[in-house]
Amino acid sequence: MALANRDLGAVVAELAAVIVAHKAWLSELDGRIGDGDHGANMAKGFARAADRVAGQDLTLGAALAILSDVLMGEIGGSMGPLYGVMFDDMAQALEGRDVIDIAAVDAMLKAALAGVQAMGNARVGDKTMIDTLAPAVAAFATHRDKGAEEALARMVAAAETGRDSTIGLVARLGRASRLGERSRGMLDAGAVSCCLILTALAGSLTKRLD
Amino acid sequence: MMQRFLNDPDDVVDETVRGFVKAHGAQVRLHPSNPRVVVSVDTPRAGRVGVVTGGGSGHEPAFLGYVGRGVVDAVAVGEIFSSPTANSFADAIRAADGGAGVAVLFGNYAGDTMNVKLATRMVAKEGIAVATVIANDDVSSAPLDERDRRRGVAGEILMWKIGGAKAATGATLEEVQAAAQKAIDACRSGGVGLAPCTLPAVGQPNFTIAPGTMEVGIGHHGEPGMRIEPLRAANDIADDMLRIVMVEHDLPPGASVAVLLSGLGATPVNELYVLYDRIESGLAERGLRVHRALVGNYFTSLDMVGVTLTVMALDAELTALLDMDCAAPAFGGW
Repeated sequence: MALANRDLGAVVAELAAVIVAHKAWLSELDGRIGDGDHGANMAKGFARAADRVAGQDLTLGAALAILSDVLMGEIGGSMGPLYGVMFDDMAQALEGRDVIDIAAVDAMLKAALAGVQAMGNARVGDKTMIDTLAPAVAAFATHRDKGAEEALARMVAAAETGRDSTIGLVARLGRASRLGERSRGMLDAGAVSCCLILTALAGSLTKRLD
Repeated sequence: MMQRFLNDPDDVVDETVRGFVKAHGAQVRLHPSNPRVVVSVDTPRAGRVGVVTGGGSGHEPAFLGYVGRGVVDAVAVGEIFSSPTANSFADAIRAADGGAGVAVLFGNYAGDTMNVKLATRMVAKEGIAVATVIANDDVSSAPLDERDRRRGVAGEILMWKIGGAKAATGATLEEVQAAAQKAIDACRSGGVGLAPCTLPAVGQPNFTIAPGTMEVGIGHHGEPGMRIEPLRAANDIADDMLRIVMVEHDLPPGASVAVLLSGLGATPVNELYVLYDRIESGLAERGLRVHRALVGNYFTSLDMVGVTLTVMALDAELTALLDMDCAAPAFGGW
């Protein structure tokens, strides 16, 4: 795998399109155990970022940095800083790289996880986006010597398994923790949006490999 | 279906801030470029430490009502029950900066903590020193040995008052931070909810409290309490709340306290005085003297029916700072 970083800015617009398309679903999931604004807030931030990167020739890192600025600066709440730092740290991991290869993706994913963990206090099992992100990042690292396509597919599979694991979990952080046992049986909206982002990222990279 | 005064529910925060600034123009102004930041007309003061807070909307008169002389210099305003953005916290910090640093005094919520952390990082690049104090006065939200997990509630108001007064004396950033920390460490709060609140954009209560019951230890956004039990007479509830907040106070007879009893939005004000009548008696029975009492809607939660009781232990320094002159919309005055 060796993609030119300067050609990849459009990946961020592709991520945004997926989030905007799933706005209603994310809000519905969040409304069952949270305050129901996850879809609207995420769609607002990603759509604004897509507007700002449109028509520009940007590296993936530069486009991720713009997405981060919008989420951190204009969205607020908890998801703004969590995703904002995640994309900022991903952008920083790509700094100075002309080529996006497996090592670059691995570094970017590890930076994503480290960023979210430094900002929030969630651990695997708390019914949050970390339940998707942590196993997905680990899966890519484990399978990176099998080639980009295989490693990305394993990452997506792990993200989906992680996302679905939140159904059986009791929320320990955030608004959903109010429900205690009653939060069991439902997906966590943050785990779902994180899975959408990782899946879209994998799709965007994979289709450019051919 | 409850009837409310609304236009487009999505505009409610902008309309609230605009109306607030129009109503209290003698004391506050809107930030020139950020419509989610409210600044005291008294701010900034060269060489003086700035005091900033912020939080989600729906708690009025918190947070913006405490902007004024000798209290808070600038406030960042979030969506309903949602943290302000890092940009808004950063703009509030910049507006409050008089060159001696800024103390950001806020409540222990995940979103606020993260956005203040980011804002601190942003203004550090510009050379503004920031010190933070995170309020955690709600005794029901976690056990004492996990105090860093406790939420901040109405005790924040006393923290702002003490921090703002200390800044007005010309103290250093470290001294303002220490005074605000001492203030919140001296506060214990507990809430009781009788009926839930409704977010304007959602239109229905986002949790339930069954008729005939009450939730003891409820949080400011409906976070779960310690227990749900049958609704009792006001005196029994007052006794229970006082017991809950006094458990961790080890005060000798003759000690002074400040008491803050705030309605959560839809409790008739007369009922607050019914509760306070009993609370004051309970404190007197313990040999404690109420140096200052604040009874009213000081920190609300939309239209929740309920109250929060805060008792603050006073020493000579806190008493002097609490008594210092100030002026802010939420503290009234003519």
